[in-house]
Formats: sequence, structure tokens, C-alpha cells
Amino acid sequence: MAPVQAQVLPISPESGIVAEKVRDGIDLQVNGERFRHIGDPQMPLLWYLRDVLQLTGTKYGGEHGGNGADLVLLDGKAVSAITVPIAKLAGKAVTTVEGLAANDGSLHPLQQAFIDEDAIGCGYCTPGWLIAGVDLLLHKPHPNDGDIDQLPNLCRCGCQARVRRAIKRAAAGKAGRP
Amino acid sequence: MNGNGIRLSRRRFLQVLAGTAGTLVVGIRFADAADAPLPPALLGDNLYDLGAYVRIDADGNVLIGARDPDTGTGVATALPRIIAEELDADWKNVRVTPLGLGVGNDNGKPRWTYGRQLGGSGGSIPAAWNDLRQVGAVARWLLLQAAARRLGVPASRLRCDAGTVIAPDGRRFGYGSLVADASKIALPANLPPLKNAADYKLIGQSAGDVDARAIVTGQTRYAIDHHYGDAWVAVLAHCPWPDGTLARIDTTDTLAVQGVLKVVQLKPEPGQSPGNTAIAPAVAVLAENTWAALQGRDKLKLEWKPGASGSENSATLEQEALALLAGDTAPTSRVRNDGDVDAAGRKAARRLDATYIQPWLAHATAEPMNCLVRLDKDRASLVVPTQAPQKAWAVVQRLTGLGPDQIDIRVPRVGGGYGRRLDHDYVAEAVMLAKAVNKPVRLLWTREQDFGHDYYRAGSVHQISAIIDRKRQLLAWNQRMASASALTHRGLPDDRLWTSELQADQLPAALVPNYRSDWYALESAIPRGPARGMPHLSNAFAVESFIDEIAHQMREDPLKTRLRILGEPRQLPLGSGGTLDTGRLANVLKLVADRVEWKNWLRTVNGLGIACWHVDGAYVAHAIEVAMQGEQLVIQRVVCAVDVGRVINPLGLEGQVAGATLDALSIALNAAITIKGGQVQQRNYKDYPLASMAQLPNDVEVITVADDRAPAGASFLAMPTAAPALANAVFRASAVRVRRLPLMKELLRLL
Repeated sequence: MAPVQAQVLPISPESGIVAEKVRDGIDLQVNGERFRHIGDPQMPLLWYLRDVLQLTGTKYGGEHGGNGADLVLLDGKAVSAITVPIAKLAGKAVTTVEGLAANDGSLHPLQQAFIDEDAIGCGYCTPGWLIAGVDLLLHKPHPNDGDIDQLPNLCRCGCQARVRRAIKRAAAGKAGRP
Repeated sequence: MNGNGIRLSRRRFLQVLAGTAGTLVVGIRFADAADAPLPPALLGDNLYDLGAYVRIDADGNVLIGARDPDTGTGVATALPRIIAEELDADWKNVRVTPLGLGVGNDNGKPRWTYGRQLGGSGGSIPAAWNDLRQVGAVARWLLLQAAARRLGVPASRLRCDAGTVIAPDGRRFGYGSLVADASKIALPANLPPLKNAADYKLIGQSAGDVDARAIVTGQTRYAIDHHYGDAWVAVLAHCPWPDGTLARIDTTDTLAVQGVLKVVQLKPEPGQSPGNTAIAPAVAVLAENTWAALQGRDKLKLEWKPGASGSENSATLEQEALALLAGDTAPTSRVRNDGDVDAAGRKAARRLDATYIQPWLAHATAEPMNCLVRLDKDRASLVVPTQAPQKAWAVVQRLTGLGPDQIDIRVPRVGGGYGRRLDHDYVAEAVMLAKAVNKPVRLLWTREQDFGHDYYRAGSVHQISAIIDRKRQLLAWNQRMASASALTHRGLPDDRLWTSELQADQLPAALVPNYRSDWYALESAIPRGPARGMPHLSNAFAVESFIDEIAHQMREDPLKTRLRILGEPRQLPLGSGGTLDTGRLANVLKLVADRVEWKNWLRTVNGLGIACWHVDGAYVAHAIEVAMQGEQLVIQRVVCAVDVGRVINPLGLEGQVAGATLDALSIALNAAITIKGGQVQQRNYKDYPLASMAQLPNDVEVITVADDRAPAGASFLAMPTAAPALANAVFRASAVRVRRLPLMKELLRLL
């Protein structure tokens, strides 16, 4: 699936080449790039991201989200990507874990804080923790323990204590500092 | 090729090779090895026939291969650190690549290029300590020789530091400038000496996970993230019963779904042991993409017929276990029998009995089972999330009949293992499907299947009696356990089936003059297999809870009771060949007690609990503080002390210990698999609720004993003592003794 860009092709009639008509579809933004989905509108966002765009940072957790591994930011709120059909995303902006860092590669403070605190077990559900944490910090820049307790993510590696420290570190503006 | 081999074992040799681009590669090869595939990253140019571990480029960059799968255990960081230490590499310039399976062809038999390749079993670091240090040492020796020749001074007058050789006059030569020369130097006749621990710069210092940046940016590709452009996506509908059969199938609606390509039936191959073939009969839907495959699966009309397992219930199994232990039946295995428990019982001053009941458990790996496979005429290429690539190889080899070195298995970082990925049913399924449709296949299990079709950890019942004499000495210990062995049908003789269920040397064996341990086998057709912390998890809960009950019965401080049972610091030989150092075990107990201010254990309104255990020469203790707020249990403080010998990566160890603690607490609080009519009742995280952030303690305080003994593994060390320390703390806070897990359900029932 290519980004939707060159829609008007400057082709002269005498060249004999006819521009393909732009196909109908659902336009959405993922990590700032514009895409048009022309397949089944009921396809959940998770499979669109993973199978079509091959953005595999967002992980499969379960049929109903489950462990939070498939969280993405939808207009700034963390949602489970498997529960959202593309049909509901027309004109919406989605941010996945791949889109948290700035274009110049500089990390989001929470990404840096996860590195600083080594808040990683097997790492499979880490993207989901990051998305949930970014959502929390967006809406509550200085969360207390009770706020952090509300994160929906589950993890068997037991990285919860370090995730808590990482969120506090990011909130305190100490990411990247020793 | 040049250089002589250094003898590592009978047939494995250290080997050095020069690439045409002037790189130095040090690895391990076999005396008579033929061509073997290498990970492209290490290959560089036309290097072959080499179990490469280290490559140093002319620009000074160092690439180190990690041979064991990293399932979240940190071995992808720790193992390369061990090599980098002996190499005196600058860690900033080190990159790490997973090696994948290394296999050559030894007259039709596999020859494992990298030796042992096994993750998540606690053995990676001890094994690396034994052989991988040599790899770094040899590379460093070669670089020193190259510098010595260039400078015309003896190598003994040179030293290495952070990727440079330093001359007597202070001049520094980067490793990169020496590799072209170093690769032409013959290996020494004897292994170069290893560094003294006093000179360590990396071992014992903390390093963050080597994959951290890639993980937080979503760039790390797990097996589930790998694609082949022409692969068909496969999802399965498994029979609810492993021994059931397909009575009726209608695929009309499925095949009508746009994108669905084919429906294929799978059956477990008769005579294959669990973990080597499909776990249950299944119907596979193959499609162009995951969404089409899932929709197609939903539209399958299937009717399954149960097999013999269709009458099984976990509640009935528990009743059978209790009946077995209540009767006079002889045990299936007498695991240990010291002194005379019966004679000691006759002169009993005080006798105490208790029964502990623990549920079936699932693995609940974050990354579900999946496998990517491409079969060509003379080659199989797979990406497998496995803990044991050599076992995965055996499954692929059997199903394809390909030669040993025609099977290429890549193992990227793995989303959790916990023992589930020592079995390779999902690899068998993927290969069977690829054969059936003659296309590359990307198999994905859904969460319901992961919960519903696991090789579960069976539930257990422990019945323990203790005889205490008038001087408060533990005179006799009689332990009887009933469970369905994890090893049934896995190629072990019947008299060894107990080994997955308990240990002959576990506490308080060797510390009580009259000690007996009996195991009673339960029969079950529900699939079972290896699980993290097995068999320590269930036994530590029973034993360490019971010791707390003994202390309470004697109106004694449970720390004091434990220390008295351990006795004077001494080395006790264990049947397994190791030793139990009672001093080291007492030490970790005292450390957690001091940190948690145990002296207040009677005065505080909160409950304090403590427990200790030993696992293969490593020692662990937990102290936990809880508060009851109405019916709510708040875990306020958790302290864990471990003694694993030398610590390779303190930050990594802290993460493993805290992580295993939280995992064990999560399981103890909530987790239970139940079986009705042969079907597992739990299908997703709502039914099998891993603990939420709110349920778990905010922090785990980890204390590490400084030690210079050879390192022991730690991947599950901190699991066994968490649950009993928690239950013991709950008893102090609530006066409720929880003898059945999961704890929250039982506590709420008893309150």
C-alpha cells in the first residue's frame, strides 16, 4: 500500500497512456503519513498495520485486546487496534510505536525513560506499555501511583516495577539523564 | 583459511578466519566440518565453515553472536558481555546478533555448530562461562600478537583496554588496525589464560538490554513479525480434545470468504511424543492475509467428537489425588527415605499435618505460538520463536527428510517462553501445512488457542506431616505428593516420572534426620509439559508454608525456626552432584529479614512473611509485607535476596529477580486453569487474569550477594519463594492460612 500522493498524473492525451482511476477507499493517517485502504472496511486496524503496512511494532495480544500489546494512539487516546475496524478511521490519525519518536530519530521521553530504566522483559508487549504510558502522560503529566495502577497492560516478564519507574522518570523530565 | 584449532572438546575447535575485507572472525568449528550456513551479519564476505562468535572489522566495530534464544532473560546481553570482557572490547562499539540454529552435517547426523543452544532454562550463563570466555580470550591474544610483531616488543609488555592495544610507550592501536594482521597469525598451541576477576571491566558492571532501542521504537522483529511475500497465512481451529476426532466439516462459507485460499485438515501423528507433532486434530484455514483467514475460520462448520479425555475434570483429578493420599496405597515412587519416619512418629512429642492444593497453570506467553516456514526441494527455511532450536530442527528434519544442514532455523528475540517453547507442536503444524499446500506458510495461533491448547503444568496436592521433639527439633518430615507428571509419554521410564514433580534434595531434605518423600502418579490425558520454575514452584509453596505453620505451632519467630533447621553453616552433598551450602542459604534469609525490619514481625499491624529455597547451587529468599484493607490485599513491600555466585550483569539480574518475583506473585494471586469435560475453561486473559499493575507491589527490592563463585543461572530463581512468603504474610495480617492457590479466591472464601 503506497502513500496516497500523486493523484493527478500529467499525461498528455496523445501519449496513449491512461492514468488509473484513483480507487475508492478509506483515507487515514498513520504516523503522519497518509494512506488509503481499499480492502475490506471491516478489517481491524491491527491487521491493516501488520499485514498491509507491515508496521509490526503493534503486536497481537488477543481477540479483544487482552494484554495491551496492540495499543495504538487514536487521536491521542490509547485504543486496542484489534477492536477498531478501518471503517471507523476515515479521516483519523493513528500513532503506533513506530511513530512515537520524532522524524529526526530523537526518542519520545518515555521511550528514553524505558531505556534508562531497562524497563524491558521479553519486549513483546513493550510497545503497548509505551502507548498506554504516553496516553497517561498526555492527560496527566504528573501521574501518581494510583494513576499508573490504571494501565491496562499485562506482562508475565514482570517488568511492571520498572515501567512504573520509567513513567515517573519521564514525568519528572529526567529521561536521558543519569 | 588459516590457523590451527584449539581443542575445546573432543571435536570442537576454536578457529580464526580472515575475511577478504580484512576482518577477524573467531569462532568454533569442527575438525571435519563441511560447509555450514552462517548468519548473514557474521558472514561478511566468503567465510564459511565456522561457528562464528566474534567478528572485528577494520573500522574497529565488533559484532558478537548470541547463541541462546533470548526470551526476556537477558542472555542476548549477558552472553556477548562475557565474550567482550575477555576480548577487552569497547562495549560502545559492540553490536549483537542472534546466531540462530547452527547445524552441520555429520554423515547424515546433526553437528551442533555452537554447542548448547537453549534459552530460558537457567543454564545459558553457566554454559557460557565454561566455553565462551575462551572465544574472547583467543581473539584478544591474536590482536596482542599482531601488535607485538608490529612494534617488535614481546606481547607480555602490551596491554589491552576498551578496544585498543596499548604499547609500553603509551601509544594506542585500535583493534581495527590490527585485525588484518591478527587474522594471519596461527592460534597458540595452548589456550591463552583467562583474565583475573580483579581486571574485569564489563563483568559485574551493569548494561542495559542490547535490543532496548530497537524494542522501544518497534523495530525489533519477533518471529510473528516476519513475512515472506508469497506466504499463505494459516490459522487453526483445534479440536477441543487432544484425542478427539472430526465428525463433520462444512467449508462452504469459509471458502466463500474473499482471500481464503484453502482449508486443510491436520492430525497429530500417531506414536510421536508430545511437543513433536500437532497438539490436537485441527482444521487450518489458509488465506492471503490474517483477517481473511480469521473470518474464514469463524465460518467453519465443525463437529468434533471427544476422545477418552472428554470425561476429565480438574476437580475430579483433585479428588482422586486426595483419595490417593488418604489411603494406604503404595506410592508410585519413593523419592527419598532418610532414617525412619515411622519410628520417629511413634515417639512424637508434637505432630503437625497440612494439605496444600495447587491448580493447573498455563504458560500465557505474550507472543502466541507462530511459525514461518518455506520448503524448497533441498532446503527448509524457518523463523521460529523457540527456546530450543535444536529440538525444533528435529521436528523439521523428521517431517521433511532433509539433510541436517539443509534446515535453516532463525530465532529472533522471543516474546516469552516459560517452558512452552521447549515444545514444537506449532512447528510441526506449520511444516505439515507448507507440505500440504506447497507454499510458504505463516502460521498464527490466536489467544484462545494459546490458552485452550497448551502443555499445561498439572495441579498438585501435597500432604506433609512433621514430628517435632520436646527441644523444638524437627525430628521427622513425611511428604506425599500427588500429581500428573509433566514427563508422561516423553521417553522416560516410569520410575523417573517424578523428576518433573519434585526434587529429592529440596528443603528440608538433608536437614532432618528422618525424611521421607513419596510421589503418587495421577493419570490424565490433558497435555502437560515443561513450565518455568518446575518443580520448585509447587514444592516451595507447600514446604515453606508448612515451615511457617510449624513455627506458629511452636509459637516461635519463623525466621528463627528456619535458621535452626538450617543449622551451622556447612556444605551438604546433594544427590544431584551439587552441594547445599546452609551458610549461603541462611545468609539470604538474614539479608531479607534485615532489610524488611523483621524484628517487628509480631508488632506491626501489617503482616510480614518470609521464605527461602535453593535451586541448582543458587540461593533465594523473599520477605513480603502485606496489609489487609477490608477484603483488599495490598502488597506493600517485597524484598528478595539472591546468591548466584558471580554476577555478569547486575542490572540484568535485578530485572530477572524482580520480574520472576512479580510473575510468581501474579500466578499465586490469580492464576488457575480448570478442566471440565476434558476442555480447558479459560480462553483469554479475562479468564486467566495475570495480575494488574494495581494488584502488584510498586517495587521489588533486590539484594544481590557479592560472590566470586562460577555464575549460576537466575532466570526463574526468584519464583519459588514469592508465593509462600506472600501466603505467610497474609496469615500474619489476616489469621487466615491459605493452603490452596490461587490465593485471592481462597482468601476471600475463608475471610
